[in-house]
Amino acid sequence: MPSMTLTVNGVAVEVETGTTVAVAAILAGQPCRLSVGGAPRGPLCGMGICFECRMTINGKAHCRSCQILCEPGMDVRTDD
Amino acid sequence: MSAAAYDVAIVGAGIVGAACAQECARRGMRVILVDRDAIGVGATAAGMGHIVVMDDSEAQFALTCYSRRLWQELRSELPDDVEYEQCGTIWVAADDEEMAEVGRKQHYYAARNVATEVLDAQVLNTLEPNLRSGMKGGLLVSEDGVLYPPCAARFCAQRAQELGAKFRLGDSVQLIGQGQVVLSDGSEIRAEFVVNAAGASAPALTPGLDIKKRKGHLVITDRYPGFVRHQLVELGYLKSAHSVSSDSVAFNVQPRRTGQVLIGSSRQYGAEHREVDHGILAQMLKRAQAYMPGLARMSTVRTWTGFRAATPDKLPVIGPSTFDKSVWLATGHEGLGITTSLGTARLLVDQMTGMQPEIPIEPYLPSRVGKEHVHA
Amino acid sequence: MTRVACHKFDVLVVGAGPAGMAAAACSGQCGVRVGLVDDNFSPGGQIWRSESAGRPAPEAAGWLERLRAARVEPLCGVRVFDAPDPGVLLAETADDLCELQYDKLILATGARERFLPFPGWTLPNVMGAGGFQALVKNGLPIRGKRVVVAGTGPLLLAVASHLRKHGAELAMVSEQASWGSLARFGVALTAQPAKMVQALQLKRDLAGVRFATGSWPVAAEGNNVLERVTISRRGQSETVACHYLACGFHLVPNTELASLVGCQIESAFVRVDDFQRTSVPEVFCAGEPTGIGGVELALVEGQIAGLVSGGRIAEARNLFAQRKKLRHFAAALDDAFQLRPELRDLPSAETTVCRCEDVPYSRLQAHPTWRAAKLQTRCGMGPCQGRVCGPATQFLFDWTPDSVRPPIFPARVESLAALASSPEPEQPAVTGGH
Repeated sequence: MPSMTLTVNGVAVEVETGTTVAVAAILAGQPCRLSVGGAPRGPLCGMGICFECRMTINGKAHCRSCQILCEPGMDVRTDD
Repeated sequence: MSAAAYDVAIVGAGIVGAACAQECARRGMRVILVDRDAIGVGATAAGMGHIVVMDDSEAQFALTCYSRRLWQELRSELPDDVEYEQCGTIWVAADDEEMAEVGRKQHYYAARNVATEVLDAQVLNTLEPNLRSGMKGGLLVSEDGVLYPPCAARFCAQRAQELGAKFRLGDSVQLIGQGQVVLSDGSEIRAEFVVNAAGASAPALTPGLDIKKRKGHLVITDRYPGFVRHQLVELGYLKSAHSVSSDSVAFNVQPRRTGQVLIGSSRQYGAEHREVDHGILAQMLKRAQAYMPGLARMSTVRTWTGFRAATPDKLPVIGPSTFDKSVWLATGHEGLGITTSLGTARLLVDQMTGMQPEIPIEPYLPSRVGKEHVHA
Repeated sequence: MTRVACHKFDVLVVGAGPAGMAAAACSGQCGVRVGLVDDNFSPGGQIWRSESAGRPAPEAAGWLERLRAARVEPLCGVRVFDAPDPGVLLAETADDLCELQYDKLILATGARERFLPFPGWTLPNVMGAGGFQALVKNGLPIRGKRVVVAGTGPLLLAVASHLRKHGAELAMVSEQASWGSLARFGVALTAQPAKMVQALQLKRDLAGVRFATGSWPVAAEGNNVLERVTISRRGQSETVACHYLACGFHLVPNTELASLVGCQIESAFVRVDDFQRTSVPEVFCAGEPTGIGGVELALVEGQIAGLVSGGRIAEARNLFAQRKKLRHFAAALDDAFQLRPELRDLPSAETTVCRCEDVPYSRLQAHPTWRAAKLQTRCGMGPCQGRVCGPATQFLFDWTPDSVRPPIFPARVESLAALASSPEPEQPAVTGGH
């Protein structure tokens, strides 16, 4: 399976082609975001409706990472 | 009169009604607050929630200035969810003509002891870097603020309740007059005074009252902390005759404590439906983008509409009805009901109790708009 | 700057799950120009989500072939957020705005999982059952990971089987429905041989896995990430160590777009007639939004909607009998997986109900209506627009949902601004207040 590398909070993660960014965050051992009250959160619905997996991807805030496929060199941040 | 269970029955539990209930209860009156729905869910919930001084007229200036001071005095008692933030307003000048208006405004405010600060282009840019470059400057009114209206209304209503006020929520009012409120289920509430604080619905209870619905749209974004720091309002209205009949939009954004950006504003007459009007919404957002290009790519989470209660002279109606001594009016606040609710409540109850109001009440008296009809 | 792409179709299908694919294929084969839009990056919907990039799920392959043959134009990664005028939808891609014009519209917007709050359900690695399956299909390796599957509905067993095939160690499958109601459901299945075969296959796949009926999760715990789940059964509770909890309480229909275009909603579902027509002329609806009934029913409803939209009424009629039978199955489903009232007691006072705004259960209890609760607590005011906490509070407090306003999904300011085809107003006026 072809693979690629992206960074989650600056740490490199290797994923297979066809992997979503939400999965990359789990593989990196990172919560996707901190809630309004500061609690760590990860994906819930897996289909783009709950917005729990939103992250900053290549500088763009509030991206639903479960709906976005990883690309080589992507810069993913969980400070959304 | 002695048969009345209440001294005052207030119809309409928006911010104005809730503030009136609080003020009446504070002065020892027996109060009941009546609404067809819950507290603060009508125009109150639809408003932006600014606490501002405005100078369209002397009377508007006096009432907003007085009310802003009352909010500031209340500030330390407001619970967290009221989200009161003294963020200040910046009136943004896009050209030289508007910059001249900044000077005039500053002079006007100063003459009435309200501190403001003239900002040149560079300072404006430092304070609000996300404004489009090329702005001429602005006027900072630093004591203006914003709050979250539904919780502010609830706070006032709760205060009233703690002082003994009763609520009657969920039943619509059919009729008011002669010391009575008649509800849709046929039941009656007797009170010495009945206050019509029903906002844009007030004419349904006080026929002939010259109040029209003026529809507005708002949009709120997801959280983008720091994108905007002050309430920003354009001075562009100078180029228009102050229209009270045609549809208009203006740039007005607010930073909310959540980090969200609240975007306004629009004004429409004769629009009776609650539905979002796509054309005017788009014009409003285009205008906002023209001032803050960075808004374009930001995510909006919600849009909504509401109805302001608009009078011909853009001043609220506060005082006794001209035809029924038991009926009092506290409505017609247009887009300033959140700010002026506290001042309205004071002026209303001062009149009821024969106290000397702190500011002249004549400009707000119902008799100036005249021609209410007596109920059939 | 946003580019506005404009597409015009005779028939526009929203949602590329089974119902939408079937509708688009049948409509397209009638010779009309058909567009099929979906928010996901590939067609198939949630149930036929592809397991490897570029290769469709095997069940979807036949329908994809039919879509190609019928020259249906697929538009993936396109999210509909507004319906500004009859015959027009607006949608966003990652960067652009799309205007989608149609003569006929088929809504096949599917369903989402119902989530119910319980202590700890917001911990990372607690996910929906379908949600977890989607992540596994999208690359999450689970070999050797301990997983608890919980909640209710036929999806649980399907998900459990899928996870097991990917090497997960299934600690337990917990189903809130009682053994009795599942047994009655089993009897209903015997009338549907195909369903029976599927059920037996699932039973084989899950041989040796602990399946606890009449049980439900009462707590998820862990230090910043899930470590263990406590399951309650017959008044006893048992704590199970696990890496993941896949937990969903059956499905709720996605009816926001139907509401926005004005379709009548009846008891939470879009009302349709025999020809899958909604109350709005030229607008059809098929699949889960008309009633939760599973993939076979969705396919038949989709075909009927597609054929009717293409003018082949007689062919559509031929599918009525099949649909009727499948609707019996749907009714049995509904009956078997009714939520038990004990689940209303799951949240504690501190349990977060609205995950977007972190609103705890205790702040919601006192409010008479959903609208009042929203305004006072911000419950449902976040970017999910109440899609998660709305169905939960409906179950917990019997609140009825609010009216639907555009945008039905968060959309960019510029996308809403692009609607101004009319010129700028000549004289913008600020007069007192907002």
